[in-house]
Formats: sequence, structure tokens, C-alpha cells
Amino acid sequence: MNTLLKNTLWIMIAVLGASAVSGIALNRGEPINALWFITAALCIYALAYRFYAAWIAATVLMVDETRATPAERLENGSDFVPTNRWIVFGHHFAAIAGPGPLVGPTLAAQFGYLPGTLWLLFGAVLGGCVQDMVTLFLSTRRDAKSLGQMAKDELGALGGTAALIATFAIMIILIAVLGLVVVNAMKHSPWATFTVSATIPIAMIVGIYMRYIRVGQVLEASALGVVLLLLAVAGGRVVDESVTLRVLFDHEGLTLAWWVMAYGFAAAILPVWLLLAPRDYLSTYMKLGTITLLAVAIILLQPDVKMPAITQFIDGTGPIFGGKLFPFVFITIACGAISGFHALISSGTTPKLLSNERDIRMIGYGGMLLESFVAVMAMIAATVLDPGVFFAINSSAGVVGKEAVDAVAKISSWGYPVTVEQMQLLAQQMGEATLFARTGGAPSLAVGMASIFGSAFGQGMLALWYHFAIMFEAIFILTTLDAGTRVGRFMLQDILGNKWAAMGQTSWLPSVIFTSAVVVSAWGYFLYIGVIDPNGGVNILWPLFGIANQMLAAIALCVATGILVKSNKAKYAFVAGTPLLWLIIITSTAAWQKLSSDDVRIGFLAAANDLSTKLASGVLPPEKAAIAPKLIFNFQLDAVITVFFVSLLWLIVFDMLRVCTRYLMGKSVPALTETAHIPSRLVEDWVRD
Amino acid sequence: MFKIFWQAIRQLSGDDAYERYLRHHAQHHAGDGEPLNKKAFFKKWQDEKWQGVKRCC
Repeated sequence: MNTLLKNTLWIMIAVLGASAVSGIALNRGEPINALWFITAALCIYALAYRFYAAWIAATVLMVDETRATPAERLENGSDFVPTNRWIVFGHHFAAIAGPGPLVGPTLAAQFGYLPGTLWLLFGAVLGGCVQDMVTLFLSTRRDAKSLGQMAKDELGALGGTAALIATFAIMIILIAVLGLVVVNAMKHSPWATFTVSATIPIAMIVGIYMRYIRVGQVLEASALGVVLLLLAVAGGRVVDESVTLRVLFDHEGLTLAWWVMAYGFAAAILPVWLLLAPRDYLSTYMKLGTITLLAVAIILLQPDVKMPAITQFIDGTGPIFGGKLFPFVFITIACGAISGFHALISSGTTPKLLSNERDIRMIGYGGMLLESFVAVMAMIAATVLDPGVFFAINSSAGVVGKEAVDAVAKISSWGYPVTVEQMQLLAQQMGEATLFARTGGAPSLAVGMASIFGSAFGQGMLALWYHFAIMFEAIFILTTLDAGTRVGRFMLQDILGNKWAAMGQTSWLPSVIFTSAVVVSAWGYFLYIGVIDPNGGVNILWPLFGIANQMLAAIALCVATGILVKSNKAKYAFVAGTPLLWLIIITSTAAWQKLSSDDVRIGFLAAANDLSTKLASGVLPPEKAAIAPKLIFNFQLDAVITVFFVSLLWLIVFDMLRVCTRYLMGKSVPALTETAHIPSRLVEDWVRD
Repeated sequence: MFKIFWQAIRQLSGDDAYERYLRHHAQHHAGDGEPLNKKAFFKKWQDEKWQGVKRCC
């Protein structure tokens, strides 16, 4: 293709993208077709990938395709293996994309479709993708070292410790909030509870099959598992309709929360081949399959987005979570725009497979673009619902009232009409007893997905599609829960091992049981409080998770900025420095508001004081008075955690600035740990195995 | 075309991990004794795969 043709093509993409973005941004008062979102996203991604990412790779990072990667130099046939770039892309994407990009946009839809969508698009191309790509590059140049190790080597011991603590803290909060999402999806829903429980024995059957019956036949075993999972979705209906069976699976949130904790403990102790590994296979297939199906359905069906561009809740009075548009939309949508957790995969894991540095742009930047696209689809699935229905599903009883009549009256009074009959019909179609106050994002996403799938592939199976969507979300939430608890256990064993060597042995049973119990109790506590909190713990836990995740991203970007400055590339440090500055602003503002706001739905301390006053004056009904002391303690604890997160963030930012200033003034700093240039021996078109 | 796709699926899932291991062994460690049998290899491969952070939010 000649240059003129190429340029014309890119100008056309730019014009199309600009009109799509202005179309969704300027539209007011009437439904807008979801295809505009897809078009805007694809054009922005294409432009960013072609120009910004290419410029960063060539000019800032100076990727060198003649340089041997760790996978080539340290090849050992098991973890360090030079691999085809599409395969690496698949592994990388499967590792970074979890439930986060689905839940965050759903919650943030309370502000309208526009703020979340813009943040997903621009946050990803300027922030998240850059973080993932730069971290992947830095780790590739450092023998595939982890983020914590790089922080320690390049900035100092403080940075390394901060990264380690941040990773542990984020894991605990993440698991608690995800556990809460699953519990809320299963609460008093025998169908969902049966289907989700059935995934456990199914994973075990798959695990035993590939370990003992047909050793290593991963695909055969997985195909068996997928068939069983689909049967479990259909079987849930039988359970739901049977009077004797349904009581076995019809439980309160609290009972389910105890089961989730027991499950997490068991999963951390059981061998990986029995539960964790097979569950991960199933969840990866389900994830990739369902996301593809959703994209196809949206393109076929071209649904209208019914949510307004911006709602009145940007003033901070939103029913799903309290807080103004700034900074809370940027905290609520972490994954999908920028997610610190990805830095843990981009360092340490993916570089061990990378066969050539030139693939860093496609895997690091491209992988995150795809995750952002998944989040845009979740935003579409949330906003194709009638806004009244969306708010009825996602608003907790503490905000809109326990009775259906009160809830619809309240929601309709906001200007989003909805009726009890409408909600009853919807619940009946979805095979659920009720859809009121099903907070956490999973049920409303499932209703949105079911209505998209139903319209595209057959309306008659709405209930099946709904429970399929619930199973799809639950299966990889539980995978994150298993894997997270196990990683938390390893980290704790590692830390304790420094003091007491026996505790550091990952296979010593007393240590395994003790550390697993500590990790499960840590997230179990937040899950427990989240379940008993009448305002729905998502309101508290999700912002805390968002702050933690953005803090981890800030640590990764600090490492990147520091290394750029130390590599005499200070003039390009803005590539990592600008998103870093933005993260510092939003996390610090959010943390400040979480501490100091007088609004009891935002400020932790205000909420604690308010509840104490009410408890002391005896105005609380007995059942609320009974749990009040626990809630008060939790609010205070959350305030302490927030202070801790934000202090950690500032500590590492100052540490990075200190190192950079010293370097620029010509004083001594920790030396760059980049490995020496060894020419690659893999030929240009090496065997694509 | 279908063959390439099937190869990619097998490699992504790890279905062909043992075959790749045998090839690696024959190329680089031919003198270091017999390769592991399939069962022992699969056990080692699965355990190694799950060390460290493998899944995100």
C-alpha cells in the first residue's frame, strides 16, 4: 500500500472516531445506538496503537528486536519458553482480564454512560496500556523480574517493601469485594446457588480426569467440563422448580458468605491439580467464549442505550455508591482503564514467554486495549437496560427501602420510571424470585447480557441466559478468589519464613493451614461486614478496592518514571509521569473525601460518628442496634486502611522523586539493573511452534 | 488454516505441553538421561504453572 493511501485511511479512521466520540458525548435525551460505542472504541484503539504505542516502543523504550529476551537466554523448557506472539497474547489476556472490567463499569453507569465510557477509552490508551507495556518492557530487560523486585533494585528497599505490602493489601480487599458480588448473586436464588456450587465438583472431575484418567489431555478434559457446566445451568431450573430441592439451595447472604469462606480455605489447601488448575481452564474458556459471544450479539443486535449520557448523580448522591463524579468515576472503574494488578502479570509472568522485544507493543499495549474493550461492552450491557430497572436492581434496600412499592416510588421520583409489575415480570422471565436490591453488579450485568443474548439468539431462553451469565461471572470470580488466597498464603509464608524458617516451607502442613486461615480470615472479615451492612457493602468495599488498585498502578508508574529518568530519558518521562500524576490526584482526592466528608455515605468517620450518635440516643431498631458496634468499628478500620494506602502512595512517590532528583544532580543512585545486550540467535522468521 | 487454529488452541491450553517438552529435551538435553514420562511431566508442569500471581481482577 502506498503512503498516500495509508495516510488517507488513517485520516478516515480519525474522522470516524472523532464523529463517534462526539456523537456519544453530545447526544442528549434520546436513545443512542450501541454501535457508536463500538465504533468510537475501535477507532481510538487503532489510532493509539498505530501512533502513540508505536512511538513509545520506538523512541521512548527503543525496543530492540536483535536483543535476546529472557525466554531465549534462560530457556528451560518449562517456564522460560520463547513462544509465538499470538499464544503469548492469549496467555497474557487470559491472565489480566478478570471480573473487574465487568463490575466497575456496571457500577459507574449510575453517573450515566458518558463519564465511564470516556474514562475507559482515554484512561486505557494514555494510562493502562502504557503501564502494562512499559512494565512488560522493563521486566523483559531485567530477566523477567517481578514488580516488587524491580522497585527494590531501582528505587531502594522502601519501594520494594511498599510494592509487597500493596500487593498483599489489594489482594485481601479484592477477594472480599468479589466474594460479596458472588454472595449477592446467589442470595435466595436456588438456581444460581445450585449452578455455582456445581462448578466445584465439575472442576474436580476435570482435575481428576486430566491427572489420572487421561493424563495431560487438557482439551478433552476441558470439553467434558464445559458440557457439564452447561448441564449445571440447565439443571438449576429443575432444582428451582422442585419443592424439596430448592430449600437446600435457598439461603441468606450470611450463610452463603460462610460457605464462600470455607470454600476459599479449602481451595488454598487442596492441591492445585484438583481444584484450582481445572477451574482455571473452565473459567478461561467461559470467559473468552462469552466475551466473543457478547461482542457478536451486540454487533448483530445493535441495541439502543437507554441510560442518559449523564445523570443527576454526578453530584454525589448516587444510590449505588456515594461520591461525586470526580474523583469517584476514576476510582470505580479501575480495571478496563488502568489497573495496577496488571503490572504483576506484565512483570514476572509474561516476559518469560516473550520471544522478541518487538512483540511488547502488541502484547502489553494490545492486551490492555482488548480488556478496555471488554469493559466498554460491560458498560453497554448495563446501559441497555431501562434506567429505572438498572437502579432497582443495583440500589440497596438501605437506600431505596425494603418494600418494592417504596423502592419503585423512590426510583421513579428520580425521573427513572419503573413499576413493581415490570420488575416482577422481569424477575419471572429471569427465573428469579426478585431482582430488587441485587447489588454488586453481577445480577444487573446478567440481566443486561440475557436481554442482549435473548434478543439476538432467541427470547424464549431468557432465564437460561441469565443463569448462564451468573455462572460465567461466578466461575472466574471464584478462580480469582482461589488463586488470590493461594498467592496471599505464599506471600505470608514468605514473610514469616524470614523470622521462622519452618513457616516459609510452602508444603509444611501446619504452616499451610495457619497462613491460609490468616488470609481467609482477613478477607472473610470484610466479606462478613459487607454482607451484614444494610447499605450493601459494595458501597464501602469497591471504592477501597479502587483506591488500592490505583495505588498499585502508581507504584508501577513510579518504577517506570524512575527508570526512564535514570536511563537519561527524562524528556520522555512524561509518558509514565502524566498518568502517574493523574493517579496521585484521584487517589489522594478520593482518600481525602473518604476520610473527611460529612456525607455519611462517603466519609468513613462521618458514618462512624453518625451511627455512634444514633446508637447512643437509642433511635435504632433492635436488629440494627445489635450490629451497629461492628459497623462502627469497621468504618474506623476502613479509615485507617485508607490513611495507610495513601501514605504508602506518597512514600513511594517521594522515594521516586528523591532518586530522580539525585540522579539529575549527579549524585549516586541505585545503578540500572538492565541486563547486557546479547544478540538474539532466533532467526527473523523463527519456527512458529 | 484450520490446522494452525487447532495448533494455537492446543498450545494455549497446554494440550501439547508434553510433546513440546520432548522436543526441547531432544534438542537441548539429549545427553542428560531419559526425559520424564508423561505423568511425571504433567505433574511438574501443573505445579510450576501455579506458582506466583497468575490471575488478575
